[in-house]
Amino acid sequence: MTPISTVVGTAVCLLRDNIDTDTIIPSREIKVVSKTGLGPSLFAAWRYLDSEKREPNPEFILNSQKYHDARILIAGENFGCGSSREHAVWALKDYGFDAVIAPSFGRIFYENCVYNGLLPVVLELQAVLGIVKQIETPGISPEVRIDLLRQHVIGPDGIEHAFEISEANKEMLSSGLDHIAVTEKYIDAIDAFREKDREKRPWAYL
Amino acid sequence: MAMTLFDKLWEDHLVAQLDDGNSLIAIDRILLHERTGAIALYGLKSKNRSVVLPKHVFCTIDHIVDTMPGRPNKARMPGGEVFIQALRDSARSAGVTLFDVDDPNQGIVHVIAPELGIALPGLSVICPDSHTCTLGALGTLTWGVGSTEAEHALATGTLRIKKPRTMKVCFDGELVPGVVAKDMMLHLIAEYSASGGSGYAVEFSGDAVSSLSMSGRMTLCNMAVEFGASTGLIGVDDRTIEYVAKRPFGVRTELQSAATNYWLQLRSGSDATFDATIRICASDIRPMVTWGTSPEHAIPLGTSVPGKKKRDQVDRDTSIDKAMNYMGVQSAKNISDFTINGAFIGSCTNGRLEDLRKAAVVLKGKRVAPGVKAICVPGSTQTKIAAESEGLDKVFLDAGFEWRESGCALCFYAGEKGFAEGDRIVSSTNRNFEGRQGPGVRTHLASPETVAASAIAGHIVSYTSGQED
Ligand code: SF4
Repeated sequence: MTPISTVVGTAVCLLRDNIDTDTIIPSREIKVVSKTGLGPSLFAAWRYLDSEKREPNPEFILNSQKYHDARILIAGENFGCGSSREHAVWALKDYGFDAVIAPSFGRIFYENCVYNGLLPVVLELQAVLGIVKQIETPGISPEVRIDLLRQHVIGPDGIEHAFEISEANKEMLSSGLDHIAVTEKYIDAIDAFREKDREKRPWAYL
Repeated sequence: MAMTLFDKLWEDHLVAQLDDGNSLIAIDRILLHERTGAIALYGLKSKNRSVVLPKHVFCTIDHIVDTMPGRPNKARMPGGEVFIQALRDSARSAGVTLFDVDDPNQGIVHVIAPELGIALPGLSVICPDSHTCTLGALGTLTWGVGSTEAEHALATGTLRIKKPRTMKVCFDGELVPGVVAKDMMLHLIAEYSASGGSGYAVEFSGDAVSSLSMSGRMTLCNMAVEFGASTGLIGVDDRTIEYVAKRPFGVRTELQSAATNYWLQLRSGSDATFDATIRICASDIRPMVTWGTSPEHAIPLGTSVPGKKKRDQVDRDTSIDKAMNYMGVQSAKNISDFTINGAFIGSCTNGRLEDLRKAAVVLKGKRVAPGVKAICVPGSTQTKIAAESEGLDKVFLDAGFEWRESGCALCFYAGEKGFAEGDRIVSSTNRNFEGRQGPGVRTHLASPETVAASAIAGHIVSYTSGQED
């Protein structure tokens, strides 16, 4: 996984609440047992007039020229709720997104983001609305800068908005390390736990 | 100070407190299904890692398997067989248990886990599926996770996770007759939003919860994720102990009393403190149904579609308008006035034997209204066998329902022919998201009783009002 420190680029807004993972990638689009090549399936139900023929829907914001190189997605409350499918994150990444900003996220989606190097930024609703307003103003370049290490987002007007992220998630994202390898350092603690636990809860073991 | 149930379970599974603020939690059982499980096993294999406790891993084929009677060995989505085959292959090579399509133990992962005793009180269970919280009803510590986290758990027997805060949702007093577990959750989510439980492990308690059957408790915990919660759970009582006894993958006889002693302390102390508490007066709850595209868009049956979201102080989005538009409903119109063309009973929320029995009571001797495509899909093969031995299949078939093989079926759309665009479905499932049951399909969530009554009436009615019709 590529380590992340800052993400700078075009931001695009899909300011709806409760955008679920099936909207991010419809189940029918998941056809192979693989994590790659899912970009064209992203938001398929909204993005195409005919998803089989891949005929773009001109009304859908990702299809507009202004946002053709979007790297940051700004969304409403509870983004990524619903199904745990990690394909939602793989599809966003494959499309070219490096970060998602929202007032709140579905929990599993948020964790999936962290494990796959898609930066999830929880930003207060008011700050989100402020940034969205600027981005959508004609004539303004929709560029947003996210600094993970200093934990702030800067919108087109140059104002900094702080965001919270746990140390653990920050470390995972900024180091890009394989999480299994990180845990394997605790192998002794795990073994010691199991040994004691087998005595304490023998019925828990098959 | 007395501990909460969640804190007890957490403490007994805590392997290490990591410097980065996460904890390492021991995982006792891992469940996998073909849609998200094979890829976790593949990932592991590609890194030359193996499953640390293979006997503790169980796989089932539920999500995209065909549910038509006498189902052939195929998926309900075009090309979906690759997922089924991938799970078979990877399960075999990893040496873990697989309940294949024709196995009597096959079924929806969250239905079979309690049924077979794979989930037990005091165990920690993960599955790369968001409704794993269902199992919290047994006093089990559970998480729905992503495939990558499942891979981590398969390799290490642990989960890296930040401890959530605790919330108590207390349903005080008694439910009004005709109100069931599904209504309790839709009421809660409508009041406190689909993200109201976000960041919390939510324990359901109170008299109205203790009075619920285990099946009803599973319905509550199943929808904890629709409330945004990290997980849901319910304290252990005699009903729990009785339920888990003598399950095929449960506790061996010689360890039973040790297990029972341990289980009986799995409840929150009476003066335990939670980070947040919600109290709901159970008698205020009415049979509920959703009108929109989030479970929070729920209203009591027989009332009108609301105009604006209560908590929506900022004029920021068009979510409500979009939901109404998609659903083809108008504000101020009574929800019972909309004609339906579909009814679905099944899923991990309400596809257990008790749900089928309750729906059958409503359906007995009646016929679904003309133009209503009605489908019942038992939550597991065991459920189906038990239901058939009681003659429930006949009741459903005589009423004009399809009676299918077990699986997730039309709980979510996978690309098969099912309901048509614009169809209005009353469904005993858990998600009414746009397109959840098919492109352009409009889903109204409700209890199995309400689904059955509505199928007969041809529009959305509760069991009790259906009786008066
Ligand atoms: S029945 Fe529906 S909600 Fe439950 S596991 Fe299957 S697809 Fe998911």
